[in-house]
Amino acid sequence: MNNFNFDDTIAAVSTAYGEGGIGIIRMSGDSSKDILGLLFRRFDDDGRPQKISIENRKLTYGNIIDPETGENIDEVLAVYMPAPHTYTTEDVVEIDCHGSIVSLRRILSLCLENGARLAEKGEFTKRAFLGGRLDLSQAEAVIDMIKAKTDSGFDSAIGQLEGRLSRVIRDLRQKILDVLVNITVNIDYPDEDIEEIFYSDIISQLTDVKDKIDDLIKEGEKGRIVREGLDIAIIGKPNVGKSSLMNALLRETRAIVTDIPGTTRDTIEESVNIGGIPVRLTDTAGIRETDDTIEKIGISRSINSIRSADLIIMLIDVSRELESEDMDIISELKDRKVIVLANKQDLDKKLNTEDIRKLIPDSMIIETSLAEGSEDEGICEMENAITDMVMGGEIRQSGSMMVTNVRHLDLLKNSLSALGDAIAISRLGEPLELIEIDISNAYSYLGEIIGEEVNDDILNEVFSRFCLGK
Amino acid sequence: MNYEMGKYDIIVVGAGHAGCEAALASARMGKQTLLLAINLESLAMMPCNPSIGGTGKGHLVHEIDALGGEMGINIDKSFIQSRMLNTAKGPAVHSLRAQADKTRYHIEMKKTIEKQKNLDLKQGEVVELIVEEAEIKGVCLRTGGIFRANAVILATGTFLGGKIFIGNSAYESGPSGLAASTILAQNLRDLGMPMRRFKTGTPARALASSIDFSKMKEQPGDEEISPFSFMNDELDRDQIKCYLTYTNERTHTIIRNNFSRSALFGGQIEGVGPRYCPSIEDKINRFKDRDRHQLFVEPEGLETEEMYLQGMSTSLPEDVQYEFYRTIPGLENLEISRPGYAIEYDCIDPQELTAALEYRRISGLFCAGQFNGSSGYEEAAAQGLMAGINAVLKLRGEDPFILGRDEAYIGVLIDDLVFKGTNEPYRIMTSRAEYRLLLRQDNADERLTEKSYKLGLATKERYDKYIRKKAVIEQEIERLRNTKVKEEIINPVLDKIGSSPVNKSVSLMELMKRPEITYDSLAPADPERPKLMRRIAAQVEVRIKYEGYIGKQLERVEKFKRMENKKIPQDIVYADIDGLRLEARQKLDKLKPQSLGQAGRISGVSPADINVLLIYLERYRRIDKGE
Repeated sequence: MNNFNFDDTIAAVSTAYGEGGIGIIRMSGDSSKDILGLLFRRFDDDGRPQKISIENRKLTYGNIIDPETGENIDEVLAVYMPAPHTYTTEDVVEIDCHGSIVSLRRILSLCLENGARLAEKGEFTKRAFLGGRLDLSQAEAVIDMIKAKTDSGFDSAIGQLEGRLSRVIRDLRQKILDVLVNITVNIDYPDEDIEEIFYSDIISQLTDVKDKIDDLIKEGEKGRIVREGLDIAIIGKPNVGKSSLMNALLRETRAIVTDIPGTTRDTIEESVNIGGIPVRLTDTAGIRETDDTIEKIGISRSINSIRSADLIIMLIDVSRELESEDMDIISELKDRKVIVLANKQDLDKKLNTEDIRKLIPDSMIIETSLAEGSEDEGICEMENAITDMVMGGEIRQSGSMMVTNVRHLDLLKNSLSALGDAIAISRLGEPLELIEIDISNAYSYLGEIIGEEVNDDILNEVFSRFCLGK
Repeated sequence: MNYEMGKYDIIVVGAGHAGCEAALASARMGKQTLLLAINLESLAMMPCNPSIGGTGKGHLVHEIDALGGEMGINIDKSFIQSRMLNTAKGPAVHSLRAQADKTRYHIEMKKTIEKQKNLDLKQGEVVELIVEEAEIKGVCLRTGGIFRANAVILATGTFLGGKIFIGNSAYESGPSGLAASTILAQNLRDLGMPMRRFKTGTPARALASSIDFSKMKEQPGDEEISPFSFMNDELDRDQIKCYLTYTNERTHTIIRNNFSRSALFGGQIEGVGPRYCPSIEDKINRFKDRDRHQLFVEPEGLETEEMYLQGMSTSLPEDVQYEFYRTIPGLENLEISRPGYAIEYDCIDPQELTAALEYRRISGLFCAGQFNGSSGYEEAAAQGLMAGINAVLKLRGEDPFILGRDEAYIGVLIDDLVFKGTNEPYRIMTSRAEYRLLLRQDNADERLTEKSYKLGLATKERYDKYIRKKAVIEQEIERLRNTKVKEEIINPVLDKIGSSPVNKSVSLMELMKRPEITYDSLAPADPERPKLMRRIAAQVEVRIKYEGYIGKQLERVEKFKRMENKKIPQDIVYADIDGLRLEARQKLDKLKPQSLGQAGRISGVSPADINVLLIYLERYRRIDKGE
């Protein structure tokens, strides 16, 4: 494995993260157009996503759809510029999307999952120079950029990871190394007095590592509180005021607010900024027994978003007695960080705060009256509570690995997929030297995360652990 | 007093496995060549194990052969047992190994060399290199005789500064009691060559008549013999047996009790030994929990009683050697004919060499074999061959012949030595190759023969044979693709192999893609198949079964090559490149890589340094063009 690929396709967010109106994701390299082709769709009159023909240098409207799940990520404008008359002199694609961190990140991830590699710092400029686009005076600047990366960038990357994550990666690598060493010895020393290798052992050892990487990826995908946003799920039974809360936070109307229970049939995601912290809000469908298929899907998504959220805001309608639906939701809240909004304080109260506290003992309870057009009582208090919780470190992801870096996530995913391949072909009984290829790829991907090269790890281990000789 | 003895194009110093290949390649490529050895009885001598090949090494021999070298042909003439190792694994790591009749091996090689046109073989100890203005001009013998030449290849093996250790005794000596080359060792130091000390060792030789083989496990050869050389289609020979036995706690106790009398632990040895072939005292010291170590008893030849005790290399005193060997089942009455010993010798830091194996500071001086810090007959022969070829090319004024890591184990070996360097005697292993699936024994000819033919080394006969073989393989693959078998015929065959049945007729090629199915296993359902040689069948099988993986590796090779093709001008001044880290600057300056790919493999050169270099090269190119 080497890091010196100069002509693969790279991708990066080319606008600053933040609250800008739009964000741009840029790709450069031979596969740019193909990758865009995989993600770019326009909905026809029946609401079905259709492929869009991508014309040269024409800004085209459409949506970015996750090709695996079919999920609509964002509506965008995209343009494809063929080589050589581009900034990098390679094929370039730009995708302009809504500037929210969530959609930028999702679109970038999709580009990476579909064949692009995350660009190194300054890599677009480097390619521009190598392609002859920049004049000589700019060469120095490019070198400085690369230097800056080695001097500080890399160190800070290590700094960020110091402690638990890098230890975890090292442990995982050691486990992979054990397997590799056994395979190497078996291949290179067939006549030695060495225990035979069993495929079942290889499979179980690799599966163990793979599961752990999978966990890291899952944690990593939500491990981004301060940098990339806090995941908040808004839950509550139908018509309790979830959409009103969402709108109050967004101060715009996107979720449909009606009096008919179950109007919010799908989860709605929005990004807002609370006290400087980017927050991804998921407004969920109400959780209740239903025969309506669409709503059933919505409900199961709600339960998923509860499980993956960093913080849960639960709304309770104090003008009604607690119903079984409320109890169902409460049962999902065990061990979770919860803020309860005791809503509809302006109506006749059937429930008081103390009752709620007994039911959900560790939560913070805020009394609110959310209604369309009226003053949003309690919103401010809730926003402060959220900020305090984040700043005070009360909210953390489970395990708190903080794999926040997209590059690292990308490498973890590559490693995961290589291990998956290794396990699959081990099950088929393919010969060791084929399995070894995938395993050593998985090993080097992990090594790139912590900046360690492969070097002679394997042979060093072979000679220190096995007694070999003539 | 010195006197002139004559002039050659190329002189090879040392007639071991490296020297023989170097001299033959040079002479076969048309250069007047002189091969000098301290003692002609040591030509192609095997001072350690009586075998050629094994994992990785077998690959090297196939490659040497494909390039028109001699080792494969010579072992085919002289082997007394042949085994294909790793057959339970995939074909990429199948490795051929043969037990040699050592004397036969020596005699056959000597005959070949004596008969070779353009090649003179002479006994003589080189004591001095004649160097003028950083160019090699010839060599001077101990007798005072001077031979002039335009290129010299050093292949001194363990003779150079050789020192043998047995127990507390240590004395100047080459391998197996032959004279060491000590004056030359000093001369090379005087020339400023950065020399190092490496160490290796060998077990005792014992008489077969004193061994009770009934207490050991027999190790027979393969029933079907695979030749090393592409030029040999089939070989049939009576094979000898080897024997396996084990040490025990008593053996270990004796060795442990005598650590104080071991040269290894006594501190007398300064040389660095290889980790992959430790002496028995080292094994017992390092692997304390092992209650036994294996030991193979192998004949040294057909005309001798001497047996090699593989796995039991030692430098303990002779009395201790007797004592511990005799604790081993079957060796209770062992008579030792030659004691085991450790030998220390001079070698160069291979990072001082170019990828053509030329010493950077003396033009025309090439180096090969153990002198370059490698270990093993096969590693030596491979370098000898390449040094020979490159010396000729230099005299012809042509570009050097350098094999890539994607082309040959020879490429991996030399690239590792000259760019990564080594801190111990270097042994090839299949795990050192990144593109193992592509570098197989069965396709060595396909990878290398045409190249060598173009250089004028591989013969027309070999080249034509290779072209024919290629056609046979293509034809057979086509046939398998187009031959369909009906389910009622194939299902019983599949059932026997434990492979799931099919419900319609299917091509043989499709079936071969199943991991559990081999080419051979389909024979009952394929009466039309031509009789193919094992290596051809192997190649057909590999090409079909691993098509996908080979494709993946080829993609990676493409990427790899792009870096190899980015050439670095040799007049580049690294000191001027701002942005390179100091360590990288020093290493690059010392090793002067030819390409960015090579630069990237140098330890201490980071990806960021490569990026800086890349930018710099582009700037350099534009300034050059006057942009």
